[in-house]
Amino acid sequence: MTRGFIYGILPVLQLLMLGATAPLVSGLARQIGAKLEGRQGAGVMQPYRELRKLFQKETLEPSTKSVFFTLAPYVLASSTAVIAMAGPFLATENSFSSSSDLLSVVGLLFLGNIAVALAGLDTGTSFGGMGASRELTVSSLVEPTILVAIFALSIPAHSSNLGAIAAKSISNPNLIFAPGSLLALAAFVVVVLAEAKRFPVDNPSTHLELTMIHEAMLLEYSGPRLGVIEWASSLRLTILLGLVANLFFPIGLFSTGQSPILLLVSCLVFLVKVLVLGSILSFAEVFMAKLRLFRVPELLASSFILALLSVVTSYFFTATR
Amino acid sequence: MNVTPTLSQTEVYLSIKRSLEDGDRLASIFATDDVENGLLRVIYLTVSPASGRITRAMTTIDRYKPKLASLAALDFSAGRFEREMADLFGVELIGHPQPMRLVKHAHWPEEYYPLRKDAPKKVDFPPTSGGYPFVEVKGDSVYEIPVGPIHAGMIEPGHFRFSAVGESILKMKARLWFVHRGIEKLMENQPLNEAITLAEKISGDTSAGHSVALARAIEDALGVIVDPEIEELRICLVELEAAYNHINDVGAIANDVGLGIINAHALNIKEALLRINKESTGTRLLRGTTKVSETKFNSLPDPEKLGRIETDLEELVEILFSSSVAMDRFVGAGYLSNRDALRMGCTGYVAMASGIKDDLRDCQYPTWARPSHGVAADGDVLARLNLRIEGAKQALEIVRNISSRIAIKQHTQTSIPLPDPHDEKIGVSALQGWRGRIVHSVIVKDHRILRAKIVDPSFMNWPALAVALEGSIVADFPLVNKSFNLSYAGNDL
Repeated sequence: MTRGFIYGILPVLQLLMLGATAPLVSGLARQIGAKLEGRQGAGVMQPYRELRKLFQKETLEPSTKSVFFTLAPYVLASSTAVIAMAGPFLATENSFSSSSDLLSVVGLLFLGNIAVALAGLDTGTSFGGMGASRELTVSSLVEPTILVAIFALSIPAHSSNLGAIAAKSISNPNLIFAPGSLLALAAFVVVVLAEAKRFPVDNPSTHLELTMIHEAMLLEYSGPRLGVIEWASSLRLTILLGLVANLFFPIGLFSTGQSPILLLVSCLVFLVKVLVLGSILSFAEVFMAKLRLFRVPELLASSFILALLSVVTSYFFTATR
Repeated sequence: MNVTPTLSQTEVYLSIKRSLEDGDRLASIFATDDVENGLLRVIYLTVSPASGRITRAMTTIDRYKPKLASLAALDFSAGRFEREMADLFGVELIGHPQPMRLVKHAHWPEEYYPLRKDAPKKVDFPPTSGGYPFVEVKGDSVYEIPVGPIHAGMIEPGHFRFSAVGESILKMKARLWFVHRGIEKLMENQPLNEAITLAEKISGDTSAGHSVALARAIEDALGVIVDPEIEELRICLVELEAAYNHINDVGAIANDVGLGIINAHALNIKEALLRINKESTGTRLLRGTTKVSETKFNSLPDPEKLGRIETDLEELVEILFSSSVAMDRFVGAGYLSNRDALRMGCTGYVAMASGIKDDLRDCQYPTWARPSHGVAADGDVLARLNLRIEGAKQALEIVRNISSRIAIKQHTQTSIPLPDPHDEKIGVSALQGWRGRIVHSVIVKDHRILRAKIVDPSFMNWPALAVALEGSIVADFPLVNKSFNLSYAGNDL
């Protein structure tokens, strides 16, 4: 009974866990950045306070908006939530796992991007359009790399299901340090930075509209809808860090045969992993300058090459074994 | 004291043409209202960058039918001074290629010329009176990005209209003049020292520069010779201002490429300097120190503290320049050619970065305080940034030298009794502020200001920003803009 029950509620558990801790990850990253710059910082709980503030505010919307503008925050949030439920974050397998196929995860990520980009275009402001155009340029270079990098991992696992890839790595830890995996990791980290709209591709804390990528599309949002977007953005960051953690270092992942107590351990391990990665991210960001916009494709193209190499390497090693 | 010759308009044209051909630079053109004689007097100033000498010329026109032959063909900035004059005095410009409004926005009443002596104190501004459309760039997929006048950051108001294709800027038009406070009008009839206090508010970041420039212009009008030690204190004042502004902007430029940590440390260094300012002069922004033939310091800055600041700055610059991504952003961005900078009348670090010799300190400072110039003049953001860094180091060194030279003496100077002229006297001054050449002209009578004309370097440099942006990408605008760092308030008086 327990086994089936846990299997069944794991998706909900994952969503609650990730959804609740996502603002903490952004908060920690910001706080570390502030401390390193010699500032006091607003504290790790600041994103929660901001969300509370936004949800208490009224909604102001441009007169030129249409249904795209209204729905985009929810499409973004729900597509992200589905990944949070299905992906191998706490356990290798759950009742939603069939949705955590590589292609569907990338598709869901892209769906969120497209929704926000359309909302940016929808208002008819030049910043929205400019942001959408930049966002899609970056996304169209990022998504193939995510696909190919994870594809490299799926070769030894003989499955493109993220849970199956993680399970294979647990059963065969040597795979973690295989050259193909390491190359894939390098490629994946670069695109995670781009997909999470972080340095050196985008500056999440800038106020300069002309330099923005992601934020430029959101300038017209206010109140609860902005809150939904903010929450979804931090959830995406958590998910991406979680994928780095669990695809490349799948230690501490719960699998359905184990004692339910271990599920608690798995929650804790996941939280630690994500917070550590978030800290490393913000630590690195402090010393990073933002790339010239026209250099971004060069960076993403090189990460694609890495991903491609990882596939070749991975195929070669698997085939000769 | 210099006399100002009254010439015919043709003679003015020839005289200015000769001066410019000799390598002089146009410093100021302004009108003054002479109601009694029914005249507008128009005064022209050029300055020699080699000797610092200011050449004056004056012509008169009928106050009731004011027509002035334009010098816009001789010098681009002359055309802008004339447009300013046309807006504020109602002068009709003959042969001007762009005779449209400059200072006055579209809602200003047509027949209201505020700098005329008989201008009404209060006028009604109608909600709108006619438009002032931007030139539209037409073509396939050309779109416009309007930015401002209210911005997301804590900066002054200004509207920028970009016409862009994709990410490339085809044209940028800046509409400024949102902060017209009528400073020149407020100057009228002010007692001399009160006027100097007012000058500190022309542009908040150039309090020292403007107050010293106005004091010198007044002293020039009165024929007062100032004690050399006071002159050294004034140099100290202007250079302290240069130091904190240059360091602030090095941080701000770094911040615009995402290196917030450099900005945070630059702001720390700036804060240390502001505290030194407070200790030495009583105010963080160096205000309230200068009067006619007087400049007061509580104490001179501690040379050791300044030395530490210089070491901190050098360390910070080393970190900034070790980031290859940041360097990639700086090199080649916002390129302004030597020819364009010269033609547009640029001054200060903007001019020097494009290879123009434009530093009055070379001739006005005592020999031991003259800065050396060794920065590559590539005309890009990096060249301007390097000049800011060098400028900060030079400023700290000059202040250190002055501190150790006159450390022991009592620094409060009692004022020398002023002569009491009942005639109108014209006085002019030019000095190198941190942003570039500041030019003040005053007409003084009975210890009051009759007319004051202020030229902030921002007025000369603003048009060059649009030129430097041609061929840039939209996302680089904030960086290029920051490398110019022009004042909106100093431009619009």
